[in-house]
Amino acid sequence: MFSTDSWTPLNKRRLSNFKNNKRGFYSLIIFSILFFVTLFAEVIANDKPIAVYFDDQMYLPFLNVYPETVFGGDFETEADYRDEYVAGLIEDKGWMLWPLIPYSYDTINYNLPVPAPAPPSADNWLGSDDQARDVVARLIYGFRISVLFGLTLTIFSSIIGVIVGAIQGYYGGKIDLIGQRFIEIWSGLPVLFLLIIMASMITPDFWWLLGIMLMFSWMGLVDVVRAEFLRARNLEYVRAARALGLDNKGIMFKHMLPNAMVATLTFMPFILTGSITTLTSLDFLGFGLPPGSPSLGELIAQGKTNLHAPWLGASAFVVLAVMLSLLVFIGEAVRDAFDPRKV
Amino acid sequence: MTNILNDCQIAIQNLSVSFHQGHQTFDAVKNVNINVFKGKTLAIVGESGSGKSVTAQSILGLHAKDKTSFPSGSIMFDGKDLLKISDNELRAIRGRRIGMIFQEPMTSLNPLHSIEKQIAETLVLHGKTPKNKVSQKVIELLELVGIPNPSERLDAYPHQLSGGQKQRVMIAMALANEPEVLVADEPTTALDVTVQKQVLELIKSLQSKMHMSVILISHDLNVVRHYADDMVVMRNGSVVEQGSTETIFNSPTEEYTQQLIDSEPSGQPEPVSENAKLLLQAENIKVWFPTKTNFWGKPTEYLKAANNISMALREGETLGIVGESGSGKTTFGLALLKLISSSGPVHFQDQSIESLNQAQFRPFRKDMQIVFQDPYGSLSPRMSIYQIIEEGMEIHKIGSESEREKIIINVLKEVELDPETRHRYPHEFSGGQRQRIAIARALVLKPKLIILDEPTSALDRTVQVQVIELLRSIQKKYGIAYVFISHDLSVVKALSHTVIVMKQGQIVEQNDCQTLFEAPKEEYTQNLLDAAYFYS
Repeated sequence: MFSTDSWTPLNKRRLSNFKNNKRGFYSLIIFSILFFVTLFAEVIANDKPIAVYFDDQMYLPFLNVYPETVFGGDFETEADYRDEYVAGLIEDKGWMLWPLIPYSYDTINYNLPVPAPAPPSADNWLGSDDQARDVVARLIYGFRISVLFGLTLTIFSSIIGVIVGAIQGYYGGKIDLIGQRFIEIWSGLPVLFLLIIMASMITPDFWWLLGIMLMFSWMGLVDVVRAEFLRARNLEYVRAARALGLDNKGIMFKHMLPNAMVATLTFMPFILTGSITTLTSLDFLGFGLPPGSPSLGELIAQGKTNLHAPWLGASAFVVLAVMLSLLVFIGEAVRDAFDPRKV
Repeated sequence: MTNILNDCQIAIQNLSVSFHQGHQTFDAVKNVNINVFKGKTLAIVGESGSGKSVTAQSILGLHAKDKTSFPSGSIMFDGKDLLKISDNELRAIRGRRIGMIFQEPMTSLNPLHSIEKQIAETLVLHGKTPKNKVSQKVIELLELVGIPNPSERLDAYPHQLSGGQKQRVMIAMALANEPEVLVADEPTTALDVTVQKQVLELIKSLQSKMHMSVILISHDLNVVRHYADDMVVMRNGSVVEQGSTETIFNSPTEEYTQQLIDSEPSGQPEPVSENAKLLLQAENIKVWFPTKTNFWGKPTEYLKAANNISMALREGETLGIVGESGSGKTTFGLALLKLISSSGPVHFQDQSIESLNQAQFRPFRKDMQIVFQDPYGSLSPRMSIYQIIEEGMEIHKIGSESEREKIIINVLKEVELDPETRHRYPHEFSGGQRQRIAIARALVLKPKLIILDEPTSALDRTVQVQVIELLRSIQKKYGIAYVFISHDLSVVKALSHTVIVMKQGQIVEQNDCQTLFEAPKEEYTQNLLDAAYFYS
């Protein structure tokens, strides 16, 4: 797949350590496949066909917006392909290729045989939620948004955490002291209350929520990175680099950061699980993503209010449990890989 | 024949030891036969990795059971094979009939227990001493190993004792149950020379008092010559030569033994020419670390790591700085390079560098380089040798990519390393080779001054001699001045033109090398010399 020839022997050994943790290695493979597949959720679960062949011409409705008039309809608005009239028009002069699940996360199924929430059927594999939306489609989109949110939050908070920790650890003294006291005060703020207050002033979308949570999640890595830098400051090869005339920035980046990256990378999968859990719980409480967004937390909340529809809570639970377990297993394997006793 | 067997306390026959890591097996000891005689001292000599410690530790079964196997051999002690008896039987022998002293007294004692408790533990465990007499017995033992005022030191914790005293406590613990055999694994390597002599004398006097057999593991041939009756020379897990110490020293049969015996650093540096220019001058350098501050954060008390140190160095000259651990010699070296802050005027090539900040000082770094003590710590494990040596040139913008490669190949030849190995990583090299890499890294910038901070201390004797030869030839070729920091007097003697003796941050004596070694003025210098040369 990719070549490890140019890697340092240390990294090669780490890779083999990672692979030796079978559970973690297979978890990574399964998780990667799931994540990769859900990245293309629009092709798997959508209320628009992937391809339409109409009048000797190809259309790609899942990418482009076509007005109904293109297919001989009456309105200038976008074609509703699930409408029987539009479907009939297209079928007359061509064909449609539907995705595996012909529902998007916000498609309302008006053809439910029973009042929503409807139990699992051939049409809605895991049933529908209380607004007649397909649960499978919402799970696929919900998984994607959870992982993407978690990843973005993890990456940004790691960047900020590493920078702050590096500066504190490298320069030490007053900078370190002020930084530590600030973090102590900052981490004492009640995050949930702040979020609730904020949510009453603005409607939090994906990026707002990310920003607010980032304000508090960057502190997780500071202590580890700071400790690594404090230690690395006195390593002989760091001293040797200074004696060679390397400037502060060079020493921090080239010689000390790789040391701190071990701790950072070991922590990252766990920060990711933490981020996903936080997002889910906010959604569950109703302070998370805007209403209508596909979110696992919201589905759990629905499961709670609709106890007579156990497929809602059960499917959300299974997806969350599988996702978090996979991530924890991957995290364990990463920890093994960087374990200095094994290298 | 029966006579010999009766005199034999421990008989190691055809012993092999293998370590397992994952699927890899490493044969640390191969078919070794050693006999330890009653009341005698047997020395096991060898360089690092020769298997001498592994052999000794096998006697007490101290290896991790799941990672070690013994493909062949037996260790006979009192009619029993120590490799085959049960853990319980072994425990009864360990510490009771066979005592052990470890190399590192700093970490061999538990920092959370008082010394009384630690010594008493061995006494109680083996149950030879009645409970009410334990305390008295501990005092006796401490007296025996020469701890002053033992009854007052009972409650002392390890950190309150000096290195030498800790080693004495270790010996007291090993001797608590009057063992028949004492295994001493490099008992003095971590200690200063003056303390080393005291500890070895102590072991010797205790041996004759208690009629013990001693197995002394050492890499220091001077120690062995003075204290051992018999010796075994080991290399790469096998025995090279064994016999009585006298015979081996007088007429070694193996070439390797001869090489070891000859590995005492010798010779002298090239004399400096009369009109060599002054390169580095420092006056009254002070490095003070605040230890107490008042309410406003103003320091009120200092640890004076280096106090009023003055020196002058000409081009192509070597200044040796000698002192025991904690004497401030390394601190002073780092202060010269502005790697720690200090006060006091320093002139390099007639330019004052005292008031320069790090950025202003950076151009000078090209001319002033340093080689550190620990060849394992001073090379980044993440960079190849090529990258390590190239880094300095990159910083100071020397040459183009292709020119640099040529320079690196040349400098590797200069330090007698194979240029083909330049893309390998540090862990693939031995200690001596790594130190050559560190020298190459300094050398590639064509500096006028190299500060050598104990560059040979972590190396085996034979390798030390090679590194010293190398340093001498480089100095002769390029006229580089050295500041050579070491605790090892014989190495300093072989390299230096002038010598400074330091103690507790102060200069004790400063003179040219020959005068200092032949006619030391100060008593402290005299003591150092005595301790270092008392065997020869």
